[in-house]
Amino acid sequence: MVHRGALGARPRTEERQMIEQLTVIGGRGRDGQSEPVARLELDMGSVVSIVGPTGSGKTTLINDLELLADGSTPTLRRVLVNGKPAAQSWREDPAHNPVALITQHTSFLSDLPVDLFLRTHASVRGHDAARSRAAVVETLLFANELTGEPILPDSRMTELSGGQTRALLIADAVVIGDAPVVLLDEIENAGIHRLRALERLRQHRKIFIFVTHDPYIALLSDLRVVMRGGAMVKLIRSGEVERHLAQRVRAADDWLAGFRERLRGGGEFTVADLEAVA
Amino acid sequence: MKLVICAGTATAGKTSVLRHVIRRLLDAARHGAAHDSRVRPAYLKVDVQYADEDMQVATEFGIPTRKVYSGELCPDHCNVLVLGDALIWAQREGADVLFVETAGLCLRCSPYVDGGLGIVVLEATSGMNLPRKIGPMLSLADVAVVTKVDRVSQAEREVFRARILDAAPNVRVREVDALRGIGIDPLAAQVLSTPDVRGELLLRGNPPVGTCTVCVGKKTIGWQSHFGVVRPLDNQLFYRGE
Repeated sequence: MVHRGALGARPRTEERQMIEQLTVIGGRGRDGQSEPVARLELDMGSVVSIVGPTGSGKTTLINDLELLADGSTPTLRRVLVNGKPAAQSWREDPAHNPVALITQHTSFLSDLPVDLFLRTHASVRGHDAARSRAAVVETLLFANELTGEPILPDSRMTELSGGQTRALLIADAVVIGDAPVVLLDEIENAGIHRLRALERLRQHRKIFIFVTHDPYIALLSDLRVVMRGGAMVKLIRSGEVERHLAQRVRAADDWLAGFRERLRGGGEFTVADLEAVA
Repeated sequence: MKLVICAGTATAGKTSVLRHVIRRLLDAARHGAAHDSRVRPAYLKVDVQYADEDMQVATEFGIPTRKVYSGELCPDHCNVLVLGDALIWAQREGADVLFVETAGLCLRCSPYVDGGLGIVVLEATSGMNLPRKIGPMLSLADVAVVTKVDRVSQAEREVFRARILDAAPNVRVREVDALRGIGIDPLAAQVLSTPDVRGELLLRGNPPVGTCTVCVGKKTIGWQSHFGVVRPLDNQLFYRGE
């Protein structure tokens, strides 16, 4: 029948690592006008935030990245890989989808021990037994750096806490999934050490995209893309001032987190706390 | 007339996927895309005893829709019997692509027709073993649309994909988030590039062992070619034969 080509072979790791840069060539916003940002360059190792209210076009931008758009999506955007249009075979094959997507709804369904689960994933990536074992160890190490609650190889997937789950989702996508772009869509940050996460993420040669309302993450990103009316309207690079501001935001967050911990521990609040707030 | 048959287990997201595809086709036509991309869709829902998807689709898009309840008949047999009438109905309504959404209950059958586009919708959330369990509904499809990919980890997404390709090496896999409409555009393009169906239509796969003329292997579309208990699109079951 239609298009019965020999597609679907999984790309080998070498092919995936060939992505050095993704470029989004601007298309049109919902009003049909050219979008103000004509070119968005995403380099390996960078951390990017996408900000904008509901309905501003964040999802369609993700759609374009996932599909390696070639001007045929409603936005007319084009996504270039290393400055060139992606091959048709890449766009036809979801194994070449450069984006690993983690949303607030993403979770593990399998009720397997962590170790077996990760080895199953490694096996479909074409890893042999020795490489699978190494990948599983590396994934667990990375995940345990992101979360304060250690994940053990024989923990069952469904018993992981929210923070452990998010840490393992990210680590698995980065290490075993080896996706060039890891997109974190409004995921909750509870249970994740954000500063350490950002530092460690930068060490991996990936593009990390946060769709986020978290001021700390947004201010510490290398670049933030402002969306409005279905269009990319502005690119902002955080300068010194914003980085300093990020530290203040973090202090405020930590202060609130301290309150939360006291509350959890059965603490009671006093006039002194009230005065501290004022 | 282009014919698109969409199968998949209950709650997999068949209607959501088709709604997004229909919206893309109508938008493309409205935005004055190339002349050859103009399409007028019609939609038929086949189900066993209850369906309201036809009303939802009619309300949302104002396109011709209808439904048929298979009742005592196996829904995929019902599909074989009524599809001939349905193509004539869609033609009369001025449509040039007919979407048929099946009930898709039986994992032994496959409702796809030679010359049409066969889409199976699978939800990533039904577990990594699903592709190994559903037989010709997957192996005879042209496209396997995997829904709810935003709900599962990258690991489960990749294992699911690998197992689809183990079961159906030539199927084209499309991973979508049908809630938000991510990944739908290439599917709409594939519908547009599907040729029209012509002449006598044949079921793509062999039906399972059974007793009526569809069951015993007569694959021609349309109740007029069958004997035993049959039904047209517009009437109830009746017996045709000696």
